[in-house]
Amino acid sequence: MIARREFFLFRKQRENTAFNHIFLSILVVFSLGPVVLLAVNSFKSNAEMGLNPLGLPQEWRLENFGRAWEQGEFERTFKNSVIYVVGTVSLALVLCGLAAYSLARKNPPGANFVMLYLLVASTVPVWLYLVPLFFLWRQLHFLNTYHGLILIYTAFNAPFSIFLLRSFLIGLPVELEDAARVDGANELQVLLKVVLPLAWPGFLTVGLVVGLGVWSEFQVAVIFTHNPDMFPVTTSYFKFTDRFGRDWSLTNAGAFMMVAPVLILFLALQRRFVEGLTQGGVKF
Amino acid sequence: MAFDSATPWKERHPGLPSPAGEKRKRRQPWTRYRIMRYYVVPWIFLIPILSLHAFVVVFPAMQGVVYSFTDWSGIGDANFIGLRNFEEMFFEDQSYIDALVRNVQWMLFRMIVPFAIALFGASLLAKVKRGAMFYRTALFMPFILPSIVTATIWRYLYNPRFGLPTLVGYDKALLGQSDTALWAIAFADNWQFWGFLMVLFLTAMQGIDPVLYDAAKVDGANRWDEFRHVTLPGIRPVVLFMMMMVMIWAFLVFDYVFILTGGGPAGATEVIAIDIYKNAFQRFEAGYAAAQGMTICLFAGLVVSGFAFLRKRGWDI
Repeated sequence: MIARREFFLFRKQRENTAFNHIFLSILVVFSLGPVVLLAVNSFKSNAEMGLNPLGLPQEWRLENFGRAWEQGEFERTFKNSVIYVVGTVSLALVLCGLAAYSLARKNPPGANFVMLYLLVASTVPVWLYLVPLFFLWRQLHFLNTYHGLILIYTAFNAPFSIFLLRSFLIGLPVELEDAARVDGANELQVLLKVVLPLAWPGFLTVGLVVGLGVWSEFQVAVIFTHNPDMFPVTTSYFKFTDRFGRDWSLTNAGAFMMVAPVLILFLALQRRFVEGLTQGGVKF
Repeated sequence: MAFDSATPWKERHPGLPSPAGEKRKRRQPWTRYRIMRYYVVPWIFLIPILSLHAFVVVFPAMQGVVYSFTDWSGIGDANFIGLRNFEEMFFEDQSYIDALVRNVQWMLFRMIVPFAIALFGASLLAKVKRGAMFYRTALFMPFILPSIVTATIWRYLYNPRFGLPTLVGYDKALLGQSDTALWAIAFADNWQFWGFLMVLFLTAMQGIDPVLYDAAKVDGANRWDEFRHVTLPGIRPVVLFMMMMVMIWAFLVFDYVFILTGGGPAGATEVIAIDIYKNAFQRFEAGYAAAQGMTICLFAGLVVSGFAFLRKRGWDI
C-alpha cells in the first residue's frame, strides 16, 4: 500500500515524446525505404520500372525470380556460399572455442601476450598483407579452392571470435567444471560435456556474426577466386550485374534472393546479431 | 586475547617471525601432471588458431614489408631497390596523391555525416519507451546487408532515368560525373553504416546516470542543453573511439567504390585500395602495391599515435 502511494508521489512527469517519434519515423523510412523498394521492385517487370519507379507493382511477377535464378546461376553460387559459410563457421568455432577456453580458464603463461597479439593483429590494415597473401596462395595452389578461402576467412575472424567467446566463458561459473574434474573427466571431456552445453549462446552469437560476414564478403572473394565455378554469391552477382545492368527487374530479384535468408535470420535472432556485431565491431 | 583467525599472524604475535606458508605461498613441486595441466594443454588449445592466423596474416605482412623495397612484378625474382617505391609514390605518382586526397575526403565525410545522424537518432531513441525495440531493429537493419546489395539498391536510386534525382528535376548521373561520384558513393556507404554507430551510442547513453538528466531539468535545461552538457560528455569515450576506428577504416575503403564505379569516371573515385588492386593484379607491380599497402599502415599508425598523444596531453579519451 505504502509502496504504491510512494510510487504515485514520485512518478515522473511523463515526457512528451511525440517529437522523438516523428523524427524516428523519418529515420526508419530512410533506413527501411530502400530495402522495401528492393523487395517491391523485384516483382515488377522491367518496362514498369521506368513508369512506376517507387510505387507498388501493378502486376506481381514471380517469374522474375526464376529468371534471375537461372541467368545468375544462383544454384551453383548459393551452394558455394553455403560451403564457405559452413566451413568457416565450423572451423572458427572449433579452433577459436578451444583458444578462448584456454585463455578464459587456464590462463597459461603468455596469455596476456596472446591477447595483445590478437588486439594488434586485428587492427593491422588488411591491405598490408592482402597482396603478398595472394601470391603466397597462388604458390600453394590455394586460389579458387574452398579450403583456400575458408582458411583466410577463419583467420580474419579469429581475433573477434576469440575475444567474444573468451568474455562469454569468463562469465560462466567455474564450479561445475571443477566438479566434473573431481569426477575424473579430462580436459576435453570438461570442454565438450560441461562448458559447451552452458556456453552455446555465445557460440551461436559468434557463429551468426561470422556466418553473416562470410555470406556478405566481397573484397577477399573477388581477389582470391577467378574461376566462376568457385564464385560465392556476392562476386557472381557482381558479374551478373555487369552483364544485365540495364535489366532492373532481374538485378533486383537477384539481390533480393541473396538477402532474403539474411533478413529472415536477422529478424528471428536480431538481439544476438546486434549484440555480436556491436561487441565485435568490425565487419572486414 | 581470544583466538581470531581473521587477524594476521603478525598482529597476533608481534615480534615473532612469521611462519613459512602464511606470508608467501609455497612453490608447488613440478609434477608431470601440473606441467601438463597448466602449461601443455592450454597451449595445445591455443596453437592451432594462432598458427593459422600467423600464417595468413603475420607472415604475409612481413613479406609485404620486404616486397615494398623491391621492384617485384608478382612473378619471378625481386630486386632490392631501397626506398625507390616510396620516392615514386610521394614525388612522381600524381595518381597516388590524388587517391590519398580522396581517402581524406572520404574520411571527413564519414566523420561528419554518419556521426551526426547516429547521434541525432540515438538521442531521440534513448528517450522513447514504446516501440524502442522496433526502431532499433529497423535502423540497424541496413548494416547487415552485403555491400553488393547496398550498392545495387543505391545504383537504382541514383539512376538518371527515373531514380531519386529525377524527382527534384536533376537528370544527370550522380555516379557518372567526376565531381559527384565520390560523394554519392560515400552517401550509400553512410546509409549502411550509421545504424551501427547509433546502436553503439545508444548502448552508451543507457549507461548515463538518469539523475544527471533530472538535475539538468531542475536547472531549466532544454533538449539541446541536455544533449550538449549531459549526453555528449557521457558517451564521449565511445564517440572518440569510433572516430579513431572510422579514421583508420577510411583508408581501407574498397567494396563500394569497386562495385559502383570501379574507380571511374576517368579515375575520379580511385582511392588507395583501388590503386593497390590495379597495381598488384592488373599492372603487375606487386612491389609497388606492397609499398602502397605499407603507407596505409603508416597512416593508421599516425591516427592511433595522434589519439595517444591527445590522451597524454590530458584529453579524456
